Amino acid sequence: MFDIAVVGAGVVGCAVARRFALMGARVVLLEQGPDILSGASKGNSAILHTGFDAPPGSLELACMRAGRAEYLEIRERLGLPLLETGAIVAAWSDDEQAKLPAIAAQAHANGVTDVTLLDRAALLARIPTLSPHIKAGLLVPGEHLIDPWSAPLAYVLQALAVGATVHRRTQVTAARFDGACWQLDTTTGPFRATTLINAAGLFGDHLEALALGEASFTIHPRKGQFVVFDKAATKLLATILLPVPLERTKGIVLTPTIFGNLLVGPTADEQDSRTNAGTDHQSLQALIARAHALIPALEHMPVTALYAGIRPATERKEYRLRHEPARHYIGLNGIRSTGLTAALGLAQHAASLYQTPHTPIATPPWPQAPKLAEHLPRDHHQPGYGEIICHCELVTRREIEAALTGPLPATDLGGLKRRTRATMGRCQGFYCQAHLATLTAGRLDPPLETPHAP
Amino acid sequence: MPPEPAYDALIIGAGPAGIGAALALKSRGIHNIALLERETDAGGTPRHCGHPPFGLREFRRLLTGPAYAKRLARAAFDANIPLLPRHSVLALHPGGTLDLATPEGPRTLTARRVLIATGAREAPRAARLIGGERPLGVLNTGALQAYCYLEHKAPPFTRPVVVGTELVSLSALLTLRRHGIHPVAVLESGPTPVAPWPLSLFPRLLGLPVHRNAALASINGFPRVTSVTLQNGSELACDGVLLTGRFTPESTLARMSHLALSTATKGPAIDQYGRTSDPAFFAAGNQLRAIETAGWCFFEGRRIGEFMADDLQGGLPAPGDELTLTPGEGIAYVVPQRLARVSPLRATLQLRLTEPALGQLHVRAGDTVLLRRPLISAPERRVLLELDDLRPPPGTQHLTIEVAQ
Ligand SMILES: Cc1cc2nc3c(=O)[nH]c(=O)nc-3n(C[C@H](O)[C@H](O)[C@H](O)COP(=O)(O)OP(=O)(O)OC[C@H]3O[C@@H](n4cnc5c(N)ncnc54)[C@H](O)[C@@H]3O)c2cc1C
Ligand SMILES: Cc1cc2nc3c(=O)[nH]c(=O)nc-3n(C[C@H](O)[C@H](O)[C@H](O)COP(=O)(O)OP(=O)(O)OC[C@H]3O[C@@H](n4cnc5c(N)ncnc54)[C@H](O)[C@@H]3O)c2cc1C
Repeated sequence: MFDIAVVGAGVVGCAVARRFALMGARVVLLEQGPDILSGASKGNSAILHTGFDAPPGSLELACMRAGRAEYLEIRERLGLPLLETGAIVAAWSDDEQAKLPAIAAQAHANGVTDVTLLDRAALLARIPTLSPHIKAGLLVPGEHLIDPWSAPLAYVLQALAVGATVHRRTQVTAARFDGACWQLDTTTGPFRATTLINAAGLFGDHLEALALGEASFTIHPRKGQFVVFDKAATKLLATILLPVPLERTKGIVLTPTIFGNLLVGPTADEQDSRTNAGTDHQSLQALIARAHALIPALEHMPVTALYAGIRPATERKEYRLRHEPARHYIGLNGIRSTGLTAALGLAQHAASLYQTPHTPIATPPWPQAPKLAEHLPRDHHQPGYGEIICHCELVTRREIEAALTGPLPATDLGGLKRRTRATMGRCQGFYCQAHLATLTAGRLDPPLETPHAP
Repeated sequence: MPPEPAYDALIIGAGPAGIGAALALKSRGIHNIALLERETDAGGTPRHCGHPPFGLREFRRLLTGPAYAKRLARAAFDANIPLLPRHSVLALHPGGTLDLATPEGPRTLTARRVLIATGAREAPRAARLIGGERPLGVLNTGALQAYCYLEHKAPPFTRPVVVGTELVSLSALLTLRRHGIHPVAVLESGPTPVAPWPLSLFPRLLGLPVHRNAALASINGFPRVTSVTLQNGSELACDGVLLTGRFTPESTLARMSHLALSTATKGPAIDQYGRTSDPAFFAAGNQLRAIETAGWCFFEGRRIGEFMADDLQGGLPAPGDELTLTPGEGIAYVVPQRLARVSPLRATLQLRLTEPALGQLHVRAGDTVLLRRPLISAPERRVLLELDDLRPPPGTQHLTIEVAQ
C-alpha cells in the first residue's frame, strides 16, 4: 500500500516521485518502458529555459520559473551540470526584427529582466561565425543547457534513496478508485495507493480515461527531429540560437549541447503515432540546410547522430492540469515543450495540491548523477577506470559497470546510452558495440548479441 | 604535473601505418620513440578482419587479418619499440604536444615529431542520413567483424540486408556466411555494383538478390529492426541492417586541432613528406584518405617514417615554400595536397576519380597544362601520378589536377 502512485517516469514523473518521497510519502513510480525516460523525455533540446517567452501569468510560466530555480539550487548536490551559454533570439528579416522589442517587453513582464537588444555589429562581434545576413537579436543570458537524462535520473535516484519504489516494464492497464484508495492493475501485478498522479505524458489522455472514465483532453503527438553535428562544430557556436518564436512551436534552434556537440532542430511534425520517433531524410536535409544558412562554416562538418522526440501536445497550447480532490487524482499533462525546465516546479505544484501531512525526510542523501558534461571532469580523468570502451565519447569500463549496477541499473541499450553516452558518438558503435555486447551480456533486454549463435 | 621528457617521435595508432613508420624510424637509429594505441592490443583494424588477403607484400605470405596484426605487433616488439596500450590521444597541440587519457590518469606527452596514423572507419547510419526509427541491429562491417572475430559473439540479427557493394561488402558477406547468417538482399544505391568484375558477381554466387538503384530511405521497427523502406517506396522485411563501406578517415584529432584538413579527403592535408600544416605533425595510412589496403598503409607508413627520420636528422627542406594541389574536374581527391618546391619534386600523387574516365589526366598551372598522361580508370581504383619530372614555372602557386576527355 502506497500513499502516492505516480504513473509515468518521464522527467515530470521522476521529479514528482522525488518531491513526494522527500515529503515523507510512500511513493511508487510505475513506468511501462524498459527504463525511465522512454517517452517524450527521451529526446529534447536540453535547454533550461528562463520562461522569457512563456504566456504571461500562466501556470506554465510559474512552473518553469520554480523548476528552474530549484534545479539551480539542488544541482550541485546531485552532481548535475549547467552550461551557461545564454541564448540569442536571432532576427533574420525586417519582420522578425520588428518583433524583438515586443519579445523583450514580454520577457520583462515575465520577470526575465536581463534581456538586451543587440544590433547586427554587436552580434557579429559576439558570434563571428554567424551568417552576415543576421539583422539583429535579443540576448537572453539566462537560457542554459543541462543534461536531459542525468537530471531526471538523479531525481529518481534521490527518491529511491529515501524509500520510493520504482517498477519499470510495468504498464498500468486499469485504475479504480474505491472511495478511499486507488487499485491499479498493471502488466506486472496490482498496486494500491491513496493518491494517483498521472504523469503519463504521451499517454496522459489514455490514463485519464482509464482512471476517471473520460479524458478532458486529447494528445496530438508532435514530433521534433534533430541532427547532431560532430564535436568539432562546438568551436563554431557557444550560444543557443533561437528563432523569433512562431505561433505553434519554439521553432528551429541551433544550440551547443552539454556533451560538446552542436544540435539543430526540432521540426514540428503532427503525427498519429505516440511512439514512432522516426526521422525522415528530407526533414534531416532541411535541418542541415538551415544550420548551414545560420553558420556557413558548418558546411563541411560531419553529422554524428540523428534523433527525434515527440511532444505530448494537446488541442490547446497550455499545460493540462487536473485536480480531482474527491477522487485523490492529480493529472500533470500536456507538458508539451518546456517539461525539462518545469518538472521540478510541476512537482512543487502537485505537492501544493496534496493535503495529507507526512513527516518530511530530515537529511536526505544526495546521490550523484553520471558525470557526462564535456566542460567538466569526466570519469576518464580519474585513474583506475580500466579501459576506455567507447572512444568517441570516452566512456570507461568503470562507467559502463556503474550503469549496469546500483539502485536503477540500465536494462536496455537506450538506458545504457543515456547513462553513459556509449555508442552516441561519431562512429555510432563501429569501434565498441561488439565489446559492449560482451560487457553487457545477460544484462540488457533485448541483448546486444543474438544469444544462441547459429 | 611537471612535463614528461620529450620523445623524438610519437606515433598515434599502432595499425599497419603506425607500425610501418615506427619500424622505419627505429631502423634509422631513432630510438626515443613510442607507439600510442588506445586499444589493449596493437595491430589496428586487421585485428578483426578474420579473412585474407593480408601480408602478401610485407610478409610474403597470405594471412588473415588477425594473423597479420599479430605479426605486425611482433615486429614492433622485436624491434624494441615501446607500445603504450590503452593510451587514448585526446588532443593535439601546436609543436607536438599531446593530451592523453590512460587508466593511470591523464598524461601530457611531447615529441619533436608526431605521426597521426589513426586509420579510417565506415560511415555509420547517421552520417548517411538514413531516416526511420533507431532499433538495435544496425551495424557497420567493422562492428560485425568485431562481434565475430574479437568477441566471438553473434551479432544482433539473423536476416539482415547488406547495404553497399564496395569491396568491403564482400568481407561482410563472407563473415556473415561463415557465421551462418543469411542476408535477405544486397542493396546498391547506384546503377551498378562498385566492386570490380568478377568480384561483383560474388553476391549472386551466394544466391543473394542484388537490388540496384536501391537507396535506403528508412529503417523500421523498435526495439528491433522489422523492415527497411527503399527510396522507391518498396519495403523489405529483415531483422538488421549491415552498412558497408563509405569509409572516412578517423580524423577526429586533426579536425579538433589546429591542423588544416582537406575537404576532399576529410583527413589532414600533407606535403610529399607526409607533413601536415604544423611541421611537428605528420600523417600516414588511411588517416590520409579512405581507403587503401593494409599493405599499402604499411608501406606508406614506412615511407613517411623515413621522412620523419630525415627531418629529425636535418634532411628535409624547411616548410613554407610550397605549391598547393587542387582536385579539378573528375577528381575526387588528391594526396598530397601540398608540395614543397624542391627539384626534383620527389612526389607521387595518389588520386581517385569521381566517375569512370577514358581520356587524359592533366596537371595544370593557370592555363598552362604542364603534364598529360593517358587515363583509363574508375573511382574504385587508385590512380598514381609521378611528378618527379615536373618543372613548375617560377612563381607557380597552384596546380590543378583534372580529367580531360
Ligand atoms: C523535440 C522536443 C524538444 C524539447 N525541448 C525542450 C527543452 O529544450 N527544454 C525543456 O524544458 N523542455 C523541452 N521539451 C519538452 C520536454 O521534453 C517535455 O515537456 C517532457 O519530456 C514531457 O515529460 P512527461 O514526463 O510529461 O512525459 P513523458 O516523457 O512522455 O513521460 C511519460 C511516461 O509515462 C509512461 N507511461 C505512459 N502511459 C503509461 C501507463 N499506462 N503505464 C505506465 N507508464 C506509462 C511513458 O512510457 C513515459 O515514459 C522538448 C520536447 C520535445 C519533444
Ligand atoms: C571490414 C574491413 C575489412 C578489410 N579487409 C581488408 C583486406 O582483406 N585486406 C586488406 O589489405 N585490407 C583490408 N582492410 C583495410 C585495412 O584494415 C586498412 O587498410 C588498414 O588497417 C589501415 O591501416 P592504418 O594503420 O591506417 O589504420 P588502422 O589499422 O585502422 O589503425 C589505426 C589505429 O589507431 C588507433 N587509434 C585511433 N585513434 C586513436 C587515438 N586517438 N589514440 C590512440 N590510438 C588511436 C586505433 O585503435 C587503431 O589501432 C579492411 C578494413 C575493414 C574495415
